[in-house]
Amino acid sequence: MFKSVYNWIDERLDVTPLWRDVADHEVPEHVNPAHHFSAFVYCFGGLTFFITVIQILSGMFLTMYYVPDIINAYASVDYLQHKVPFGSIVRGMHHWGASLVIVMMFLHTLRVFFTGSYKAPREMNWVVGMLIFFIMLGLGFTGYLLPWDNKAYFATKVGIQIADSVPYIGEYIKVFLQGGDIVGATTLTRFFAIHVFFLPGALLALLAAHFLMIRKQGIAGPL
Amino acid sequence: MSTHENQESAHAPVKRKEMSRRQFLAYTLGGASAFMAGGAVLPMIRFAVDPLLEKRSAGSFVKVVEESKVKVGEPTEFKFKIHQVDGWYVSDPEQAAWIMKDDNGKIFALSPICKHLGCTIGWNTEKNNEYVCPCHGAHYTVDGKNLSVAPAPLDEYQIKIENGFVYLGDIVPNTRV
Repeated sequence: MFKSVYNWIDERLDVTPLWRDVADHEVPEHVNPAHHFSAFVYCFGGLTFFITVIQILSGMFLTMYYVPDIINAYASVDYLQHKVPFGSIVRGMHHWGASLVIVMMFLHTLRVFFTGSYKAPREMNWVVGMLIFFIMLGLGFTGYLLPWDNKAYFATKVGIQIADSVPYIGEYIKVFLQGGDIVGATTLTRFFAIHVFFLPGALLALLAAHFLMIRKQGIAGPL
Repeated sequence: MSTHENQESAHAPVKRKEMSRRQFLAYTLGGASAFMAGGAVLPMIRFAVDPLLEKRSAGSFVKVVEESKVKVGEPTEFKFKIHQVDGWYVSDPEQAAWIMKDDNGKIFALSPICKHLGCTIGWNTEKNNEYVCPCHGAHYTVDGKNLSVAPAPLDEYQIKIENGFVYLGDIVPNTRV
């Protein structure tokens, strides 16, 4: 059944080369844990991506209940966590996944560093990876405010104070992030927009560049 | 064909510095694209940076307490309500100030927000005539001078005395230390 549907589509659109180009590529022996178990360190990048996909999916589902509004934000999070079936699971995935992404990304960075994989001709991919790192930190910072509880509020206050201490432009960064004079209604909507649209958009573009480059250049050779 | 070429060369002598057709089209298309992209992007930029361009109105003064209730040499905490506009939320949150009269009879009011990480300080909670922050143990003198932990002295409220009442305004950096 599935095969005939696939063949019907493939006859018309010739889709086989499309996925074959993505899926069929050489995995060298030195990065394959089936050959050398210690090669599991080469999995950290893929694991980071796997958790990122979970973050995007669980985040999409969280917005079905969440409201970025200072009166209702906490109540909506409380509701989806305690009243909606599997709410604690879905929010738990997003909550713990956020930390896990950072951990996995850190391990991936260590692997790249200690195998020297950032060296020529892969310098640009290292730089893109660093940009992804900062985007992830931004996602963590903006997402932390969204439950609008005391921890979120004061963490954001401190974070914005740190931004405020930048010479000359600190004040402007502060007002731009706050969307006003205080951490309030406009801050929450801003952080929501940044967390849900702007940073994920930038993240997907950078990830695409990251993956295109590694496919084009191949995995760095054995030590 | 050959006659046509001859005609071309007959017209050739006028040598002007002119743009090629390709260049002209590149500039025109580039300019038009930039104009259209700008038309789409500029409204969004202006929309996003509005908080930066909004005029900050100098805060108005709020009546807090009778001058006679302010003690000499001993700060007292007074609560008052300020009018706050936060986007589409208009509210009157309560604020606190530690107000006292110094030895010269001058009244001043300190903000209770710790300059370390923004907790709320208390007066004399350790019985040593100092402001103390319960979070990380910052200490301040009666004038708000930072003694430990905090990187800066306590902020002051702008103050105005009218008809025997103390009015407080914006929070400004400490002027006493």
